[in-house]
Amino acid sequence: MVEFFLTTVKPHFNFWVYVILMMIGLWSLIAKNNLIKKMMGLAIFQTSIILFYVSLGVKDGATIPVLESYGDYAEKSEKAEKAEPAGTEVIPPDTTPAPVVVNPADIYANPVPHVLMLTAIVVGVATLGVALALSEMIFKEFDTLEEDELLRKIKALHDDA
Amino acid sequence: MSPKIFASIAVVITGIVLLYGISDFPTFGDPRSPANSGVEGGALSSSLYYINESYGDTKVPNLVTSVLADYRGYDTMFETVVVLAAGMAIFAILRSTAKDDETVPGPARKSSIDGDHNRIIVGMTCRLAVPVVQIFALYVVAHGHYSPGGGFQGGVMLGASFILIALAGSLEDALGRFSERAYMTLASLGIFIYAGFGALPQVLGENFLDYGILQKIFLTDGPEMARSHSMLGVEIGVALTVMSIMFAMFANLSSRGTLKGGL
Repeated sequence: MVEFFLTTVKPHFNFWVYVILMMIGLWSLIAKNNLIKKMMGLAIFQTSIILFYVSLGVKDGATIPVLESYGDYAEKSEKAEKAEPAGTEVIPPDTTPAPVVVNPADIYANPVPHVLMLTAIVVGVATLGVALALSEMIFKEFDTLEEDELLRKIKALHDDA
Repeated sequence: MSPKIFASIAVVITGIVLLYGISDFPTFGDPRSPANSGVEGGALSSSLYYINESYGDTKVPNLVTSVLADYRGYDTMFETVVVLAAGMAIFAILRSTAKDDETVPGPARKSSIDGDHNRIIVGMTCRLAVPVVQIFALYVVAHGHYSPGGGFQGGVMLGASFILIALAGSLEDALGRFSERAYMTLASLGIFIYAGFGALPQVLGENFLDYGILQKIFLTDGPEMARSHSMLGVEIGVALTVMSIMFAMFANLSSRGTLKGGL
């Protein structure tokens, strides 16, 4: 059991979490009787997908995809910092090693999943709002949000007609 | 078969299939994974292009903003249209202008954050908090080029500030500050601003949403800064729409479309 955990689950623990979350959402979508609980299941499902995408963009040792030093501004401020002590003190010999060339792709996380999920979150809120509005109208019409009762009442309506 | 048994069988089968599939996935935080660096021997990941080149293309340090509003601008525009469409759908489903008081759920609340001595602590806290929230939201919108933020985030915060007024006082308080006419107008205006920034380059002979040509209007040094400025305009449009629709959703859902009483 421990060996299975270390060899199979640990390297992919994040995906295990998303699959479990997704299955919780799917189960409540199918099995739950109340429409609000179904919506909660949908939201959990959505969250697992969002977490999945964001985790694909993670890189070890990388920071958020906002460039830290860029363009003319960074160059000028570096020069200004270096220029200040000059002339007043004896300039110590430059012992700092030559700057290591870093590949920007190694220090910034992948921006694409963030972009996709930013819009997905907003659309998720929009769909949830429409679902709530629909369920509110259903409750106004049938005085219940339980699925089996709804089906019974709709069937009775059809039988009367 | 009861739905619970059926659901359990379906969930177990799907879960096993998915868990079997994840053994081929890259490990968490792997910088060499296909999503981060591209397929071995094949095409490079597009994220490498964005990380390396997008500052040179757009002069926007926040890569998410530049990808969202420029490279994927068409996608984001219709994402905003989806938000507007959701607001319109809620309006069409719920909004009732019936005059009879029977439709109002519960008695209309008399409480208000304006000069109501029964709510002096809540009202005062809300009055102090809302301007701070709104200024920070405007900062998030305007500073989205240089720090995490942007139109969607700032718009949600602006909408939340009006929802805070509605929760602390009553819905009438919030509607007095941000009426139905105002939020519907602003929601449409946001889309209009976004689509306008798309159509303007077309007038000047470029493709839809190809902001570079707007340097002729903004009189910037080059097409890069024109892209940067246009992105700010587009983000403002997104923020207006999101703010209005978030508040419209709350107002309609909490009062069952009557815009009276509320929670």
